[in-house]
Amino acid sequence: MQPARHHWRKFKNASMQAVTCLCALLVVVPLGLIFYHVLKSGFSSVNWAFFTQLPKPVGEAGGGMANAIGGTFELLGLAALLGVPLGVLGGVFLSEYGSLRLNWTVRFAADVLNGVPSIIWGMVVYALVVVPMKGFSAWAGGIVLGMMMVPLIMRTTEEVLLLVPNGYREAALALGIAQWRTVLQIVIRTALKGIITGILLALARVAGETAPLLFTAFGNRFWNHHLSDPIAAVPRQIFDYAISPYEDWHRQAWAGALVLLLFVAIVNVSVRVLTRDRFAKRS
Amino acid sequence: MPMTTEPKDPRPPARLSPPLPAPASEQGPAAPGLSTPAVSAQELSIFFGSNHVLKRVSLDIPARAVTAIIGPSGCGKSTFLRSLNRMHELVPTARMEGRILLFGQDIYARDVEPVLVRRRVGMVFQKSNPFPTMSIADNATVGLRLNGMRNRSVLAERMEQSLVMAALWDEVKDRLGAPAVSLSGGQQQRLCIARALAVQPEVLLMDEPASALDPLATAKIEDLILELQKDYTIIIVTHNMQQAARISDNTAFFYLGELVEYGPTSKIFTSPAKKQTEDYVTGRFG
Repeated sequence: MQPARHHWRKFKNASMQAVTCLCALLVVVPLGLIFYHVLKSGFSSVNWAFFTQLPKPVGEAGGGMANAIGGTFELLGLAALLGVPLGVLGGVFLSEYGSLRLNWTVRFAADVLNGVPSIIWGMVVYALVVVPMKGFSAWAGGIVLGMMMVPLIMRTTEEVLLLVPNGYREAALALGIAQWRTVLQIVIRTALKGIITGILLALARVAGETAPLLFTAFGNRFWNHHLSDPIAAVPRQIFDYAISPYEDWHRQAWAGALVLLLFVAIVNVSVRVLTRDRFAKRS
Repeated sequence: MPMTTEPKDPRPPARLSPPLPAPASEQGPAAPGLSTPAVSAQELSIFFGSNHVLKRVSLDIPARAVTAIIGPSGCGKSTFLRSLNRMHELVPTARMEGRILLFGQDIYARDVEPVLVRRRVGMVFQKSNPFPTMSIADNATVGLRLNGMRNRSVLAERMEQSLVMAALWDEVKDRLGAPAVSLSGGQQQRLCIARALAVQPEVLLMDEPASALDPLATAKIEDLILELQKDYTIIIVTHNMQQAARISDNTAFFYLGELVEYGPTSKIFTSPAKKQTEDYVTGRFG
């Protein structure tokens, strides 16, 4: 035993532990700061009118973002219509069918797509949808958000399906149950909570996207009456208000940011509650 | 199996008669080869990629009897079992040669669907695997429901029959709606047996069904197997030599992918013809 080296080793251990702990805490601090700041700046402007009224013209106080909140949910609905079936079925293919080589390619493509800057998605959909339709529209906004959801949902779906023990697949097949039924009613059903979690997280993720909407949904200061017309969205409206020179609009932007942040936070918390419930039952 | 003792519920030992094409003899199992075999493997070879796992195995398994398959790990006994309901085909590189006849019908014939083979040849696995999203009752009938059975009274009847046959009915009849994973390990395994019986297979394959269970639960499973063999052809893979001796009528000893010896269990365990068999059953290797 060499006491001196022993102390030195303990010191190294303690300092490494402190450094890693500090880094871990640094993840939490920004979230706290963001929440604090947005809450402080936005809380006073969030009121009933914010959720129920249309934006007022410049110079007139009050008004709200009802059309943008509604628009965001409309866009998320359209996005889910496109992104959920494609993403879930793609994930099912990766987990339950497919070949090693093809799966590697698809997985790689999905991972790259997850890293594509959102403004590029906007440009792509501008070229594919907005130009042929000769105008910005809710359709285009929903399509771009849906396309962004596909690789996210595909990968999470694949991962939760791979967590389903093979014993369940074998048990079902050994009962003479066809493979598609096994996949649909045994495998997917077992992993359903995980799949829904992935869908909710993908929705929360695209709910805050602004850049792709600039080229597609465009924004609208009134209610959207037709999906072929431009539509408002909360992040898009925040962007407009934040770069404006008006004090009143800045307050509205803070309120919008708070509402959006709360929406994302609520989705994330409910997802945690869902999954915690699942693990409690399992063990 | 003991039935319920409550007077208001004098349930007869309801049995399913699986559709056996050949009438089996009532005075117990005959020696291999003497009656119509339930399963007949002929020159069976299985490959996984370039790996020759099972080498030209030929054996006839009699109906309404328990046949034990023993041998050291990696000897191909599980592969043999899984080839009997084409489960080994789940491995993409699997390839087979030879023939397997199920009551005289080639189950690898070109027009035979694996799904249909598996409805006739049920399987119970080493690790009990009741479906965690389903209740006890739903687990028992899942094979019927997912094969298109909609008739509720038939489902209820089969559910009860199979749970009675699996000696589980008395323990679960008051909580059929409870999740299957709330049962104990031994109960879960008997539920898996009930689930396999509910689709009325002709042959029941068991891959070390009691190896993960405590001695008490193992004894229950063994009693159950002895009871079931009156109606079913049971083929069981086991690592437990005493278990093979206790419950089986015939025993096949596999070693390195080959069938070394096959005969009545009493003969295999008392006067085996081959030295390898003797070494294995006496515990000198394996």
